[in-house]
Amino acid sequence: MASILRIIAQRLALGILTLFVVSIVIFAAVNMLPGDFAQAILGQGATPEAIKAIREDLGLDQPPVTRYLQWLAGALQGDLGNSFAQANFASFAGTTATANSASVAAQLGPRFENTMFLAGVTAVIAVPFSIFLGILAALYRNSVFDRFTNIFTLSSISSPEFFLAYILILFLAVLNPLLPSLSNIYEGMDFGDRLTKTLLPALTLTLAVTAQLMRMTRAAIINLLASPYIEMARLKGMSPMRVIVKHALPNALAPIINVIALNLAYLITGVVVVEVVFVYPGIGQLFVDSVKIRDIPVVQACCLLFATAYILLNLTADIMSIISNPRLRHPK
Amino acid sequence: MSADDPLLSVKGLKIEGRSDETWNPIINGASFDLQKGEVMGLIGESGAGKSTMGLAAMGFTRDGCRISAGTVMFDGVDLVTASAADKRALLGSRIAYVAQSAAASFNPAHRLIDQHTEGPTQHNVMSRAESEADGIELYRKLRLPNPEEIGFRYPHQVSGGQLQRAMTAMAMACRPELIIFDEPTTALDVTTQIEVLASIREIVEEYNTAAIYITHDLAVVAQMSDKIKVMLKGDEVEEADTRTMLSDPKEEYTKSLWAVRSFQRPSKPAVHTSATPVISVQNVSAAYGKVPVLHDVSFDIHEGRTVAVVGESGSGKSTAARCITGLLPPTQGHIEFDGQMMPLDYRKRDRMQLRQAQMIYQMADTALNPRKTIGELIGRPVQFYMGLTGNEKRRRVEHLLEEIELEPTQYINRLPSELSGGQKQRIGIARALAAEPKFIICDEVTSALDQLVAEGILRLLAKLQDELNLSYMFITHDLATVKSIADEVVVMKDGRVIEQGPKDDMFTPPHHPYTDLLLSSVPEMDPDWLTNLLNERGVDNIGDAAVDKM
Repeated sequence: MASILRIIAQRLALGILTLFVVSIVIFAAVNMLPGDFAQAILGQGATPEAIKAIREDLGLDQPPVTRYLQWLAGALQGDLGNSFAQANFASFAGTTATANSASVAAQLGPRFENTMFLAGVTAVIAVPFSIFLGILAALYRNSVFDRFTNIFTLSSISSPEFFLAYILILFLAVLNPLLPSLSNIYEGMDFGDRLTKTLLPALTLTLAVTAQLMRMTRAAIINLLASPYIEMARLKGMSPMRVIVKHALPNALAPIINVIALNLAYLITGVVVVEVVFVYPGIGQLFVDSVKIRDIPVVQACCLLFATAYILLNLTADIMSIISNPRLRHPK
Repeated sequence: MSADDPLLSVKGLKIEGRSDETWNPIINGASFDLQKGEVMGLIGESGAGKSTMGLAAMGFTRDGCRISAGTVMFDGVDLVTASAADKRALLGSRIAYVAQSAAASFNPAHRLIDQHTEGPTQHNVMSRAESEADGIELYRKLRLPNPEEIGFRYPHQVSGGQLQRAMTAMAMACRPELIIFDEPTTALDVTTQIEVLASIREIVEEYNTAAIYITHDLAVVAQMSDKIKVMLKGDEVEEADTRTMLSDPKEEYTKSLWAVRSFQRPSKPAVHTSATPVISVQNVSAAYGKVPVLHDVSFDIHEGRTVAVVGESGSGKSTAARCITGLLPPTQGHIEFDGQMMPLDYRKRDRMQLRQAQMIYQMADTALNPRKTIGELIGRPVQFYMGLTGNEKRRRVEHLLEEIELEPTQYINRLPSELSGGQKQRIGIARALAAEPKFIICDEVTSALDQLVAEGILRLLAKLQDELNLSYMFITHDLATVKSIADEVVVMKDGRVIEQGPKDDMFTPPHHPYTDLLLSSVPEMDPDWLTNLLNERGVDNIGDAAVDKM
């Protein structure tokens, strides 16, 4: 147990270092993009005076290193800064932005919650479904069922997500109006409604991640079938299903857990296309919009969030792998 | 089925294996009967088809194999034609299997007792609680330490010999009428082997279980079985009851098996006390991380001599070799070569120093790069150490192949996969010779080989020693090998040298008690050997128990 705690502490320390590096890289990358927030928001007809005013207002006229250090100082105190865009819309509307509504945290919070909800619903459907498919494919390997499952999951992972999304909309929303095709989610919705509206994007994402999960499960199990202890289980007269579920699967967990973690990370960070198709108010859309208008504080915060998700999920996967291995759980 | 029908009757069994898109015969028609409670020993060299036969007696073939003809009648059911479900009902409950490596054949993810009770509960023979109680009782009968508690451990927490007994207990869980033992003691040390052999024999007798005991060790089979069947490359050679087979074998092949251990090197005169040893290990201690493995180990190896280092697994034999080669720098002490101190870390040794100590490994299979030809494998050290290239290099490689008695033109372009086990080991020897060393470490070089092949390797090593005046450090746990090749013997236990001296002294009493235990634990051909030994030592003082008391 002490060793697990040490691993966690090490990883967390490394994770914080990674976050720091990520923040520098993102800051530098956004600064290298042509134009800045002032130009992006005012368009081509903007007068130099107007641009200068906005720049001064937002502190964009200061050297990048100073701005980064200011941002870092704030972030370390838990203040991720204010969104350029929100602050400006507020001032155009004649009001001053309250620190609350324009803050990056206020912008990100609900969006992130939605993204987590979508990822959660998808994971609850996709993980058991793909592991089950993987087990069946391993059990009936090289059969018609195995081949069909492989073809089906491979075709779904090979198709672009928006295409899958439209096909699902066609069959589940247009031809058979079972589910709403728009996922307009707002705060205060009750859970049932929210779930119904999230179901179509979740199914689309399920199709996108199933292939990898299912094929890894299948491969990890088949990889073990030549082991002496599997032969032993068969020689004890155990049924093929029991051999796979009871004898092979527990030993195949480590690679499966790692693939699950990678796919969950993808669900949190990489689903912008699906969000656009279903107008789902997730974090991906916010991120893309913010890059477009060079809203650096929001971009920074999104990136940090994504990086954190990756780090935490991988850490969880490592810990789960350790827990699933009796050699590490019960040292001699 | 009447009372005197055999329990198992195999007739005209043929098995084929698939390779290179065709079916090749593995067993060419084997027949035998096994009565209730009878133990048959099945012996032959690797590749003789023993394991395949053993599994086929359960109606089971490995992937890529098939039973192409014959019947396997078990209590009136033909296992060749029976449905998978019918076979599953018999397997585990009435026919059980004990595998060669218990460490690999227990599922690492489950506790021993969970694996033990799986059979009885799944076959509806006993409830989980009954089976658990019964398991503990069986552990006690098999003299496992802490029978109450040991089942609740995971396989990796239990030693090899104990696992092998736990596996025998697991096979007994449903009280089967037939158990197939597939080389159950091959992977064990001699002292542990006795314990397991005695346990198996006792429990098989107690429950009147019939058994097929597969092994390549004649002395072991002599202790265990009522009758013996000899196999050679898928063919039956002969079958007879144990005593007849031992005293009066009919076939030439059987006689040659019986005669294997005849190779014996003449003793050499004693070493001058003033001579400088080729390798001198002086007060070496070593550790893996923080775990100490060697404690104050010292021994000398003189020119043209073979020093056998013997001991059980975990005694520090191979670690001592790693210290000499510099792979594991010792924490204390030093290594001298020809009277010169050697840097402890191999990275600090120059090419000349590296050249002088070469190694030959146990598993020639894994020690040779499978993608390089024999010429490249041997040519590499020729070029690296001796700086030869082009035609000179080729001539040297050819010469080395001649030394190891392989025809150069025939072998130089082959890949390791195209050689037999013995030939691969010869390539390992040639590769070591390529550096023209004075000293070679042989780490269990014959233990993965069949006896006849191993003898060929030993003869070759002896010949090379005479020709090139080589010194060998010969690591082994096989005392028969020690007898045939060694000049001096170093006995190790728990990282310490227990006793050392010239071979003749070591094999004549009085011995150190541990050496005595090792020597007396080597099975002999006499079928009464185990019984006599057990009587001599007393039931509570065999194998493990005896080691623990020292």
